[in-house]
Amino acid sequence: MLIGKPPDVPSSAITPRDKYLNRRRFLRNAVSSAAAAGVAALGAERLAQVISPGISAFADTRLQTVKSPLTTTGEQLTSFEDVTHYNNYYEFGVDKSDPAKNAGALPTRPWTVRVDGLVNKPKTFDIDTLLKLRPLEDRVYRHRCVEAWSMVIPWVGYSLSAFINQCEPLSNARYVQFLSYYNSSVEKWTSESNIDWPYSEGLRMDEAMNPLTLLTFGLYGEVLPNQNGAPVRIVVPWKYGFKSAKSIVTVRFLDHQPPTTWNEQNSHEYGFYSNVNPYVDHPRWSQKVERRIGLPFYAQRRATLMYNGYGDQVASLYNGMDLRKDF
Amino acid sequence: MKRSTLILLKTLVWLACLSPAAWLVWGAVTNNLGPDPTATITFTTGLSTLRLLTISLAITPVRLLLPQLNWLIKFRRLLGLFAFFYASMHLMTWVALYTGFDLNAMSADIVKRRYITVGMAAWLLLLPLAATSTSWAIRKLGGKRWNRLHKLVYVAAVCGVVHYWWQVKTGVLTPMTITIVVGVLLLARPVLALAQRRRKRVPAAV
Repeated sequence: MLIGKPPDVPSSAITPRDKYLNRRRFLRNAVSSAAAAGVAALGAERLAQVISPGISAFADTRLQTVKSPLTTTGEQLTSFEDVTHYNNYYEFGVDKSDPAKNAGALPTRPWTVRVDGLVNKPKTFDIDTLLKLRPLEDRVYRHRCVEAWSMVIPWVGYSLSAFINQCEPLSNARYVQFLSYYNSSVEKWTSESNIDWPYSEGLRMDEAMNPLTLLTFGLYGEVLPNQNGAPVRIVVPWKYGFKSAKSIVTVRFLDHQPPTTWNEQNSHEYGFYSNVNPYVDHPRWSQKVERRIGLPFYAQRRATLMYNGYGDQVASLYNGMDLRKDF
Repeated sequence: MKRSTLILLKTLVWLACLSPAAWLVWGAVTNNLGPDPTATITFTTGLSTLRLLTISLAITPVRLLLPQLNWLIKFRRLLGLFAFFYASMHLMTWVALYTGFDLNAMSADIVKRRYITVGMAAWLLLLPLAATSTSWAIRKLGGKRWNRLHKLVYVAAVCGVVHYWWQVKTGVLTPMTITIVVGVLLLARPVLALAQRRRKRVPAAV
C-alpha cells in the first residue's frame, strides 16, 4: 500500500503541551482556592464537576509514547477542552456537553476485551495487556463528524492490525464487529434515544487492517477521558466519527456484515461504509463543507476532503465500488 | 395607561427583544459562543424567531380572555418586527456561514432539503408582513385587507415549527414545547370567537 508522505509542519504550529496543561492546572487551582475561600453557593456535586468534569481517576495519567510516521501534519489542534467537552456519546446523554458531565460513572478498571466469532480460539484481553502490546504512538488525525463539524485530535494508540494479528482470525473472517460497553444502570441516559443498545460498529477486514485504523487508548498524551471512549476505542480517520466505536468490550470476527447502530437506526442517512465523502450529501445537509470546532464563527467553514484527506492511504480499498450506492 | 408607564414598558420590551442579539455579539467579540459558534448563532436566532412569533400570536387571545390587558396590542408590532429581525439573522447565518454566499449551494439546499424549503417559505411569508407594518401601510391597505394579509403570520408560525422538527434528528423532542404552545394559540382563535358569539347571543334570547 502506498502511504503518502505527509507535508512538513513547523512544530511551532502545535499547541505546546505545557500550555494547555497549565491552563487546566490554573482552572483547577482557581477552583480549589475558591472552594477554600468557601464558595458555599456551589453545591458539592456541581463543585466536583467543575474541578474534575467527569474525567475518571485514570485520565490525566501520562502515557509513554513514540512518534509515528502516520500522524497528520499541518493542522492546528483542537483544544483539549473542546475535544473533551463536545462529544457524541449517547449512552451518557444526547447533548454534546452531557458526556463530560456524566461519563464519570463508566468503570474503566478492571476492563477486559473479549475476542470471539471466527477466531482460532476465543480470548479475553486485559486492558493492561493491550496497553503493553505495542509501543503507543502519537497520531494526530482529522476527525469529521457526520453532522458536518470537525476537529483535529492528537490520539494515542497503535494500529488495530497489531491487535487483530494477536486475535488469530480465521481465513473466512471478512468483517470485524466492535461492541461498546453497555449497562443501563451505569448509563442511565440510554433511554434518551430509541437506540438498540449496546452500540455496535463494524469494518470490513481490509479496512480494519489498514495501518491508519487506530486502537486508541489516549489523547493529548494522556489516558482517554471517559467521555472520549475510555479505556479503549477505535479511531477510523477517513470515516464519519460514529464509525469509531468507544469503550470496546467485544471484538467479533464475522463472515458477514454486522448490524451497526446508526445504520440500523436510519439506513437512509447513515451507510455501513460512511466514508467521509463531499460528493454524497446527508439527506438533511450538504457534506461538501464542515465547521471546524473551536474557531471563531467566521473562520469555521472549510471544504470537506474526500476520505477526510486520507485518500492516498485508503482510496484503493474501494476500487470498483460505487460510493454513491455504498455510502 | 400613563404615557410614562408605556415608555418604560416599551424600553423593557426593547431590551428583552435585543438581549439574544446582544448575547451573540458579546459572545462573538469575546470568543465565547461555545465549541461550535456557527451552530450557536443558528440555534439562538432560530429559537428567538419562534419565541417572538409565538408571543406576538398570544396577544390577541390574551386580550380576548382578559380585556383589562387590552393595552398589550401596543406591543404586537414591536414583537413581530423583532421576530422578522431574528428570522433575517437566521437566514443570513445560513447564507453566509453555511453556503458561503454560494448561489448554487443555496438553490441546491432549497430544492433538496425540505426543512430549508419550509424555512425559506416562512421567511418569505414574514417579509410582506414586515413591509406593511407601518401605520401608513395599514391606512393605505384598509384595516380589513391588512388584517386578512396579516393572517399569514399563522402560516409562517406553522412553517417555522415544521422547519424545527424537520431539522432535528429523528427521536429528538426539543421542538415539542413550542409546538404545543403554537398549537394551543392556533386553536384559541376559533374557540374564543365561538365563545364570544355565544355570549352575545344569550342576552338577546333573554
